[in-house]
Amino acid sequence: MLEVKEITCVFGGLIALDKVSFAIRQGEITGVIGPNGAGKTTLFNIVSGIYSRTSGQILFNGRDISGLPPDQLARLGLVRTFQNIELFGQMTVLENVMVGLHTKSHCGILACALKLPWHLAEEKRIRSRALELLDYVGIAELAEQSAASLPFGKGRLLEIARALALEPQIMLMDEPAAGLNSRETWELGELIRKIRDLGVTVVLVEHDMELVMDVCDAIVVLNLGQKLAEGTPRQIQDNSAVIAAYLGEG
Amino acid sequence: MQRELLKFALFAALVLVAAPLYFQGGYILNVLVFVGINTMLAIGLNLLLGFAGQISLGQAAFYGLGAYISAILTTTHGFNPWLAMIFAALAVGALAFVIGFPILKLKGHYLAMATLGFGIIVYIVINEYVDLTGGPSGFPGIPNLSIGSISFDSDMKNYYLIWVATLGVMLLAINLTRSRIGRALRAIHDSEVAAQVLGINARLLKVQIFACSAMISSLAGSLYAHYITFVSPSTFGFHFSVELLTMVVIGGLGSIYGSFLGAALITLLPEFLRAFHDYDIIFYGALLMIMTIFLPGGLIQGGTLVWNYLRNTLGGKGGADA
Repeated sequence: MLEVKEITCVFGGLIALDKVSFAIRQGEITGVIGPNGAGKTTLFNIVSGIYSRTSGQILFNGRDISGLPPDQLARLGLVRTFQNIELFGQMTVLENVMVGLHTKSHCGILACALKLPWHLAEEKRIRSRALELLDYVGIAELAEQSAASLPFGKGRLLEIARALALEPQIMLMDEPAAGLNSRETWELGELIRKIRDLGVTVVLVEHDMELVMDVCDAIVVLNLGQKLAEGTPRQIQDNSAVIAAYLGEG
Repeated sequence: MQRELLKFALFAALVLVAAPLYFQGGYILNVLVFVGINTMLAIGLNLLLGFAGQISLGQAAFYGLGAYISAILTTTHGFNPWLAMIFAALAVGALAFVIGFPILKLKGHYLAMATLGFGIIVYIVINEYVDLTGGPSGFPGIPNLSIGSISFDSDMKNYYLIWVATLGVMLLAINLTRSRIGRALRAIHDSEVAAQVLGINARLLKVQIFACSAMISSLAGSLYAHYITFVSPSTFGFHFSVELLTMVVIGGLGSIYGSFLGAALITLLPEFLRAFHDYDIIFYGALLMIMTIFLPGGLIQGGTLVWNYLRNTLGGKGGADA
């Protein structure tokens, strides 16, 4: 469903990604792993439209989406979360999810300013849907709190709820377990499986190997901007090139 | 909370209606009309600055364009003033929309510079295009607004007219900020990338709100022109753009009520500082410094603090449930 074809990205003299190609299958959880500086986050930023690539192509459901801006990608059904959760700190938890429902609502400036009846109905629908989503990730009781006051782990759940609000076909998660304790990480794994079972294809960049090996159906390994290997968790664990990259060539 | 707000609103409305009867026309009433006009302008800027987080140092230009378009269309070309007002707002909104696309690509200081540049260009055009605008000596003889046989020719009548318009704008702005559009604007303010990743077309929305802000300024400009019946370029210079910015910041960024407080303070303050004669500017400056240091949330934050304190001490019930 998502095909990355010979993506190259050059920053000045640094080749961050060098002709990386792989395909992600629908309904699977795919992990993108690799040592620090391998180009994982760069890859995510390119796929989600935040950085522009130097060359190469990205196909989403067969359509060329390379170079589209992030908001257009989101409307096509490709959403992402950030390593350092990007919440709207001035707003409540509920409002954060309501922003996620922006593309699921349509009233324009005039309808909103004049409080037209269909705007009120829409607002009600957005609110109850947002509560449902908070309930889904298990933080409904925090709805009225300020998003800035959330502990990191809950903030992560909020960011996931907000991304789910878009009803994405594919969700890219950048190091979702970063900053979580082991219990929270385990719960996150369960949540990621639940999200896949909703029919959402999940791609995660992750350093927590236990989580990756536990939840992923497929794994892509990057090293120094190049694809080193891809396969099932078992194949990757037994791959000598991957072991060498992680432990050093010695 | 809702009921208290309603009581407060009723009280405010009563004060607004009664004020002109108390002051019996005269100079103070004239100042209160300007509180209304400036409130409208501050709300326009606040939508942009306080909600979307985009600065504009060219608001006076939109205000001036509204005033001059109304003046020229009605006086030189004999248009109906109400039609001219609508036309001016649409034209200014369209202009803002067109220039907004390249300008709002910029951020921070660069955006401030670009809008400043726009303000200066408009000022120069008004000043130099003497055949059309009368140049530096101004544009006299603008007709008053009228409905049927009622002509808005006194301070008192204009007071009511302009305050009805101001409250209307205020209501629309509050509705807007409490809707999906308002949430999207605040999202852009907090993190533009995160907003975009959620499917919000940040660029388009910023330009749209810039145009709305310009239309509100234009409307205020038209009302001003028909009230004073004379316009001159000096009213619409850079200085006034900065004054509007001060009103919005002092009142409270991101609060529509705050914009009213800020506009009221900055408009009324010079009147109170008259007593200090030549030193008034020092007090003015000192007050602004103290305000920004100790009340960064603006007057609305100070008001909320006092309100909660009074509720807790006098009302006897907790403020946390509000």
